Amino acid sequence: MTVQELIDSGMFAVVHVGENTERSISRPFCCDLLSVAMSRAPEGCAWVTVMGNMNTLAVTALTEAACVILAEGAALDEMAEKKAMQQEITVLSTSEPIFEAALKIWSKLQKEGEEWN
Amino acid sequence: MEEQILLSYVVPHDDFTRAGEASSDVKAKLKMLGADPAVVRKVAIAMYEGEINMVIHAKGGKIEVEISPEKVKMILADVGPGIPDIELAMKAGYSTAPDEVRSLGFGAGMGLPNMKKYSDDMKIETELGVGTTITMIVNM
Repeated sequence: MTVQELIDSGMFAVVHVGENTERSISRPFCCDLLSVAMSRAPEGCAWVTVMGNMNTLAVTALTEAACVILAEGAALDEMAEKKAMQQEITVLSTSEPIFEAALKIWSKLQKEGEEWN
Repeated sequence: MEEQILLSYVVPHDDFTRAGEASSDVKAKLKMLGADPAVVRKVAIAMYEGEINMVIHAKGGKIEVEISPEKVKMILADVGPGIPDIELAMKAGYSTAPDEVRSLGFGAGMGLPNMKKYSDDMKIETELGVGTTITMIVNM
């Protein structure tokens, strides 16, 4: 599943569409501690978090996560919104909890895998 | 990549809005130079953690980066309070970060351990009340 396909699925609200939406999503990743995310976020992941500050976006860019999904109704603050635009990072959001949001992505990726096999 | 490239950055004190700028810039330059993506990731993580530490604990500071065909050397120098107990500071999960920093998602006590984990060599020189200089090397 590419970032664009995730956007088109309508599972999440769109906060900002960044560059390279044809990138494929490797897996969902859940974490709210930035230092842990910094060392553990797999490249190409869809990162689900409640942290909507600009450091989230710095970590997204540095770890090369495919996109950020803000769960539990979290929103980007004003600075972070500017940063998302500058850095061309795709940010989506949902009122659902982190687990449910990540599960949705995981299920979609699993389904895709089954269709391939 | 024949010659050595020298880069220099000023890390501002207490300004989380700019934290990560230096590491993002080094990352972009390494990518442009065609460095191995695994090396780029190691440098980006190690340097970002260092940068954040300087913003949180020290009064900002300076970062100098030397990129050569063999290695990336990062020297992070601050004039902060110094580290009283390096062994304790190196322990994963130990943190002295204040609450407002934790509310931003930092302060997990992973900064120095991450820096050590992602660099091939790390040296800490610190003096209480004078400052800390951390030198990290990531081999190409």
